[in-house]
Amino acid sequence: MISLAGRDVLHSWAKFVFTGIGLGLLIGVTLTMAGVYRGMVDDARALLNNSGAELWVVQQDTQGPYAESSSLRDDVYRSLLGLAGVARAANVTYFTMPVRREDSEVRAMVVGVVPGQPGEPGYLVGGRQITRSHYEAVADVKTGVHLGDLIRIRRHDYRVVGLTQRMVSSGGDPMVFIPLADAQEAQFLKDNEAILNERARTAANPALNRPGVPGLLESVQAAQSSNHNVNAVLVQVQPGATPEQVAKEIRRWKHLEAYTREQMEEILVAKLIATSAKQIGMFLVILAVVSAAIVAFIIYTMTLGKLREIAVLKLIGTRNRTIAGMILQQALGLGLIGFVVGKTAATVWAPFFPKYVLLETGDAVRGLIAVMIICALASTLAIRVALRVDPGAAIG
Amino acid sequence: MKILKSLPPRLLVLGVFGLLLLAALVFIIRRSGPLAPVRVTVVTAAEAAITPALYGIGTVEARRTFLIGPTSAGRVLRVLVDAGDRVKAGQLLAEMDPVDLQQRVEALEASQARAASAREAAQAQLADAQARHALAQANARRYQDLGQQNFVSPGVVETRQQELLSAEAQVRAAQANLTAAAQDLTRLQAERAGLQQQRRNTRLLATQDGVVLSRDAEPGSTVVAGQAVLKLIDPASLWIRTRFDQGRSAGLAPGLVAEIVLRSQPQHPLAGQVSRVELLGDSVTEERIAQIGFDQLPPGLAVGELAEVTLRLPAAPRSLVLPNAAIHRYEGQSGAWVLEDGRPRFVALRLGESSLDGQVRVLAGLPPGAQVVAYSEKEIGPGSRVQVVAALRESRR
Repeated sequence: MISLAGRDVLHSWAKFVFTGIGLGLLIGVTLTMAGVYRGMVDDARALLNNSGAELWVVQQDTQGPYAESSSLRDDVYRSLLGLAGVARAANVTYFTMPVRREDSEVRAMVVGVVPGQPGEPGYLVGGRQITRSHYEAVADVKTGVHLGDLIRIRRHDYRVVGLTQRMVSSGGDPMVFIPLADAQEAQFLKDNEAILNERARTAANPALNRPGVPGLLESVQAAQSSNHNVNAVLVQVQPGATPEQVAKEIRRWKHLEAYTREQMEEILVAKLIATSAKQIGMFLVILAVVSAAIVAFIIYTMTLGKLREIAVLKLIGTRNRTIAGMILQQALGLGLIGFVVGKTAATVWAPFFPKYVLLETGDAVRGLIAVMIICALASTLAIRVALRVDPGAAIG
Repeated sequence: MKILKSLPPRLLVLGVFGLLLLAALVFIIRRSGPLAPVRVTVVTAAEAAITPALYGIGTVEARRTFLIGPTSAGRVLRVLVDAGDRVKAGQLLAEMDPVDLQQRVEALEASQARAASAREAAQAQLADAQARHALAQANARRYQDLGQQNFVSPGVVETRQQELLSAEAQVRAAQANLTAAAQDLTRLQAERAGLQQQRRNTRLLATQDGVVLSRDAEPGSTVVAGQAVLKLIDPASLWIRTRFDQGRSAGLAPGLVAEIVLRSQPQHPLAGQVSRVELLGDSVTEERIAQIGFDQLPPGLAVGELAEVTLRLPAAPRSLVLPNAAIHRYEGQSGAWVLEDGRPRFVALRLGESSLDGQVRVLAGLPPGAQVVAYSEKEIGPGSRVQVVAALRESRR
């Protein structure tokens, strides 16, 4: 049996292919938009996964450390380790600041971790984990640094000893892991000028610089320039204990806030990125509607362009079913080409986006089904027009 | 039948287009998404000897710092040396204002002269009393003889006796006066010596050879007792007070060989060794403190300079080693992902010492010849689909 649709496509194959590619690029944009949204959510999840924690212990009445600032004393972890059900607990600091490398600067989330404890990167793509207790860094490849590079954070140079991938903050900034003690200092001691100014300010305060009390000024300045705060304590619970139980104990007896994985995800996804996610979601909906409309119009106009040929077909006695089948097959074919081109294009350009774009297979399948349904629906419009064509138009 | 004639080239073009599209899709599905394998690199654990090392940072400090200051509150009169000057033991460095000490010494000297005169007077009084005593004795003896011969009445004899006793008492009194005058003189002499001592105490002298580290008070400023006017150090005694993370300080002991990198000379590591490990650690910063001495003091060393210290520990016995990037925690255990039939399986390991370049000793648990996942693009779990590649560095962003 001769495929009418195939014959028609072969007849005007360039038009068909280019329409398909154009349609594909549009579908690609829509898929990418969905990917941007998924990427935002995934960034937030990656942040939680990478910390390796089951419980986040933060300052009371705050939603830290990601959504809100939180400050704890760095000896809190010792008292947490004494609680029943806690297997491991480690201090961690988060601080978004510029990281300088030679002459360039990249915005990164600097994470202060205790080597070997929760909080350090779970997997590497190069180099090694931090072994020295000072001046070593593990950076995400997105920062653009290489192994052995020296990066500058505040007042110190750090040697990049390891590289990670997909270690980002909820805002998509790449992470740089440095030892906790350095991070505490970096968070507090800004730069040499600020320290000097602060010293002068203290010295000018008559209450802190009393002539009769030698050594007072020095003590005050020493107290000012040390930092024993961290942003959160990451806790892993013992096998057999549930995070909820342990969190309840911590809230009740330690007067701190403790979040489980689910609560943290709720905070991050539902609160922190909610507005921007909705913004993108809204745009995605409009884009999907516009794409559907364009697909429908393309198929409709394609049919309109062939009205004369259809009239000829009718004139030679082709059945309506065959004509309708031809239009439907062409529409579905167009949709298929469009989807494949779109999916390929989206995958090709996704890595070039500055923030992570996650193309989920589920989204792709849903996209395929949607494209096929839209094409089928659009073809019914075209079929209606085709069937109403007067065979006499072929010779008229 | 034009369509049929021109069919083969068109069909060919369309077919190629379709195949290309299909190939691209298949390639993409294989490369990304949940169906794509996680790209990993593997290492085989090898026998090696690792040299564990400790790493700490510290500051250059003097073993002993001498704070030179007054023992009582006062005003600085003059400061003779400046920061950086070399001084010898006993050298005058600064002087406190003695205020009225000199005048008090002079007053005491006058009192002393007066006391000497008083002693002279007492001596004269004694001589007088002794002369009177000799006369009274002679008189008493004479009247006694006369009284025995009854030339005079016993009343007269007794009067002479009384005169003798009085004269004796006067001699004693004069002697006591003389002793008192001498004691007074001694007291005044001692007081003067004391004042002179105080006067000397206002002169601040170098307690030993050294270098002036800082000049903390200028002439005219008032300092309290114990406050330093100058700080001295012995430049030969400079060492590095180094802090080691308590969790990574196993094996810290005196005598370990140290490699010292001063912040000012990162390209020139210096040799040294652990001179002392402090018994008292820092419980707040969770650090232990050790003093690292230089084998040879570098020129131009500045107190307070930051230094990085690496201590070489004795080499651990040869055993299997793994890079620390391969060590993961899974379900509360430390271990590594071992590839078995192309699928990762978690193997719990007992780990030993680690070196600063990231090698970890594996004490037990690793099957011989096992292929251990070193780097991975993503977190892997049991049974993840993985693809072993030579290197990940060129991987996608």
